[in-house]
Amino acid sequence: MTAMQIVFLMTAAVMLVSAFMVVTTKNLVHAALWLIVVLFGAAVLFATLNAGFIAVVQVVVYIGAIAILFIFAVMLTRRTMSETGAGLNRGWWLSAVIAVIMFGGLTWLLQGWDGFSKTAPALPSGFDSIGALSQALVSPEAFVLPFEVASVLLLAALVGAVYIAFQKKGEE
Amino acid sequence: MDFWSNPVKAAGDWLTGVFTGWGMNADVAHVLVAFIGILLLITVVMVLDIFLVWTERKIVARFQDRIGPNRLGPFGLIQPFADIIKLIIKENIYPIGVDKVVFNLAPVIMMMSVLLLWAVLPLAPFLFGVDLNVGVLYLIGVGALGTLSIIMAGWSSNNKYALLGAFRQVAVMISYEIPMVVALLIPTVLSGKMGVNEIVKAQDVWYIVLAPLAFLLFLISATAELGRAPFDLTEAESELIAGHHIEYSGMKFGLFYAAELLHTFTFGGLIAAFFFGGWRGPWVEQVPMLGLLWFLIKAMIGYWMFGWIKYTLLRIRIDRMLDLNWKFLVPVSFVLLMFVALMNALLRDTNFYALGMFLSNILFGWVTLEILRRRSRREREKVEGLTPVVEAGH
Repeated sequence: MTAMQIVFLMTAAVMLVSAFMVVTTKNLVHAALWLIVVLFGAAVLFATLNAGFIAVVQVVVYIGAIAILFIFAVMLTRRTMSETGAGLNRGWWLSAVIAVIMFGGLTWLLQGWDGFSKTAPALPSGFDSIGALSQALVSPEAFVLPFEVASVLLLAALVGAVYIAFQKKGEE
Repeated sequence: MDFWSNPVKAAGDWLTGVFTGWGMNADVAHVLVAFIGILLLITVVMVLDIFLVWTERKIVARFQDRIGPNRLGPFGLIQPFADIIKLIIKENIYPIGVDKVVFNLAPVIMMMSVLLLWAVLPLAPFLFGVDLNVGVLYLIGVGALGTLSIIMAGWSSNNKYALLGAFRQVAVMISYEIPMVVALLIPTVLSGKMGVNEIVKAQDVWYIVLAPLAFLLFLISATAELGRAPFDLTEAESELIAGHHIEYSGMKFGLFYAAELLHTFTFGGLIAAFFFGGWRGPWVEQVPMLGLLWFLIKAMIGYWMFGWIKYTLLRIRIDRMLDLNWKFLVPVSFVLLMFVALMNALLRDTNFYALGMFLSNILFGWVTLEILRRRSRREREKVEGLTPVVEAGH
């Protein structure tokens, strides 16, 4: 077993346990904190795959913004220090079955893909992965169109948010 | 390799040789040596942190026309150790309703988020933890951990003041992150690199000259990120008593305090690396280890600047603070980024590159101030009917 495999197995184990805690813990803020552990695990996996940029963006966006907003929303809407309602309702076994079926289906689908059993090729030393990524994002042969479309979508979301929050003059 | 050109690497190689000589696997030896290196770096930084307490108290004393600690040891240098002993022997208090695990974890994560920043700080030409090619983004990502620790502390304390402090700090951090990222993008644009060491290497002319406005933006947003006056609304002792660390006692409070000081010093180091040429200085080519000295001097100047700001300015209100960010700093930073990128592209190959960049920055600042002056004059004319209680000074 190589060192990378050991790192992967440990990360995966931590992620699985934390993901299980996210759905079973009764305290919503704790659930959000466990979710952060899961997101960190994802960042570690990206890092082991030589995708340093995506790993760091994962931390900045998911932990720095989204998870913190989750916690914020939970803290503002509920009295979480006292409330410990049941985390599960009667339909829990149904969702468990669906999750297992999804997992099985995905595994079955991916088994047909030839990249499933390959190891990641080693990057040549001195390879500028972030430079290559940024080139790809703005080059017409690669991803410039999806990139710009995504930007326009975000801009539209921004304009929408401003419109909803905007107070017209004289209107209180 | 000559020992003095890179003593740290020489020591590391020697240690690896010793370990493999004992029959240890070469990879394991490498990991072990790297681990020892990290441990050493953290130890040095933490010892430095102890003396930062003394420095901080001396600085604040000077600004408030006092002498500061002067009883224990020469110049009061033993004072921080007395402080630490006092903190350690304090009772460890858990208030009722505290979420113990999160409560204990918060100061640790706070300290961790500061120490993680040192991983990418280049202390000397060959002395850095790792030269990440996404160093600038990494710094922002680690800052998110600091925010997280403040939320954890505020929520787990089961105290309304702590929670309010955490809310404020999160609002501030999430909003001031934007001008900070943009201010850090400007050195990235100028150097064409995102690794911190690469940016330092590219600074043949210090970026304080090429982009003084980016430096100002970074200084302001860093002050907010650090939660220091005039942006220390998370502590705001007159309204929130102490904010997120209100319920902490003993060494756990000490960790928060130490983390704040070290965070400030680290940001001094970041300012040094991004705008003051990091380890660059005279005779660094001949003796690379001299870079460490230059870096520490520059970082100390940055640290002193944060102290200067903290003890000179008054705390501002939370809504004013968010207004300042969203209505002024964010738009200005975006325009400035485009402006600097454009000027950089235009002037890069000319003879008056540094001078042109500096003057264009000054011009940009002047135009911004002029627009602001017009605007405020118009606002004032609107309320001219009212007689001012105190005549405004400007």
